[in-house]
Amino acid sequence: MRNFDYIRAADPDQAIATHAQTRGAAFLAGGTTLLDLMKIDIMRPPSVIDIHRLAFDQIETLPDARVRIGAMVSNTTLAYHPAIRDDYAVLSEALLSGATTQLRNKATTGGNVMQRVRCGYFRDGVSPCEKREPGSGCAAIEGQNRNLHAVLGTSERCIAAHPSDMCVAMAAIGATVSVQGPNGSREIDFLDFHLAPGDTPWKEHALDDNELITHITLDAPLRASKSAYLKLRDRASYQFALASSAVIVVTADGVIQDVRIALGGVATKPWRAKQAELALKGRPATRDAFSHAAQVALQGAVPYAHNGFKIALAQQAIVRNLLSLTS
Amino acid sequence: MTNQRDNTPHAGSCVEAAAGTSTVQLIVNGVEQRLRVTPNAVLLDVLRDQLGLTGTKKGCDHGQCGACTLHVNGVAINSCLSLAIMHDGDEITTVEGLERNGELHPVQEAFWEHDAYQCGYCTAGQVMSAVAILKDVRIESDDASVREAMSGNICRCGAYKNIVAAIQSARKAGRAV
Repeated sequence: MRNFDYIRAADPDQAIATHAQTRGAAFLAGGTTLLDLMKIDIMRPPSVIDIHRLAFDQIETLPDARVRIGAMVSNTTLAYHPAIRDDYAVLSEALLSGATTQLRNKATTGGNVMQRVRCGYFRDGVSPCEKREPGSGCAAIEGQNRNLHAVLGTSERCIAAHPSDMCVAMAAIGATVSVQGPNGSREIDFLDFHLAPGDTPWKEHALDDNELITHITLDAPLRASKSAYLKLRDRASYQFALASSAVIVVTADGVIQDVRIALGGVATKPWRAKQAELALKGRPATRDAFSHAAQVALQGAVPYAHNGFKIALAQQAIVRNLLSLTS
Repeated sequence: MTNQRDNTPHAGSCVEAAAGTSTVQLIVNGVEQRLRVTPNAVLLDVLRDQLGLTGTKKGCDHGQCGACTLHVNGVAINSCLSLAIMHDGDEITTVEGLERNGELHPVQEAFWEHDAYQCGYCTAGQVMSAVAILKDVRIESDDASVREAMSGNICRCGAYKNIVAAIQSARKAGRAV
């Protein structure tokens, strides 16, 4: 790993001010993405600002029943917290389906949101990649694109799938990302936080320069809802999703009152399937209705040479999850 | 273990030659260590190269194999994905710190009794993960939950069956902690 200047931030204001004064600086939280990418020379920050001990380590239920999660809360702590296990099963399950015990112990909530794609052409340092080297093209479009590449939200310049499980659950739940910058604080809707690649694949999120994620606040849980995360992958553990579904559903007398669906492994950002939700609301909770909604969710999907199977797989992830939750 | 070595890299060099290094204080297996490290010094490498604690192994060096697993303040992490400089004041436990009064830790004993390794390269990481998992009441005690919780420790010899047996044996004996 190249060397760099290291600054341990005493508080958020200092972290942000230092970031603003230091060209190319990177915030370091758990380090499970950043240090990995620094070792393979994909990220080369001249300065690293260590924020992992900042006091964003609380999980609080707010008076309006929303849950506010500090950006430095570890994935493990979040997954096992009673407020999450009891009211947001989909999030707990998504977190525990990701990575490994050791990685979850270290990875943070803010860092999970900021993790980079796993596309081999991004990581190899030499292939054309628009994220790494704008204008160079995308090697994945004509290359090995089976596992880690998307069928939704792709562009001619990037087809890398967003790798997070946690973010898929948050997209279904609904959340706001609280950020602090040199000019104060603001909130970003979770669904607006990650950006599809479009013509600017190197721009991956809605943060302005020098802004720091401080909290993520989950929308209040849907009353009388059930939720689950279903992750389909090549092996049973420690593998990225080929396709996953986060589903939250409320039924009464066999009729769907409310439903939230988000997809992972198949899209360039955590993918909320709102049209599919609309197709289900007020309908009987039947396999036919679920299959129709699953087709709606994947409308517009673009398969590449090796990942066309993900369309059917994602549809199955939706149907099976809904069947299980409503049976 | 005792360590009488000078832990300062570039011993004898002047302050200027050591520019870019800073002092970090770690409590390693109960012993306070003051070390001079550069910002890019990885915790795993510092423990192995400066303190001679080579029980912790470097496998993939990218958080994928678990050979480098150790405990920071009682929590199992991949030491290859952490900078030494991040851990000022932290308590680090490596496999060398498990023994008590010259006796193997009960989980080490269980690995021995169940032949839970072949080449042994992954074993330190396996044992450190196992010790942490057995203490963590949030992780269910059935075999499937143990396998899932241990999935960040790869064994290329394929000793998994005996590793799970060793962990469950240590649990049943009530000697995990």
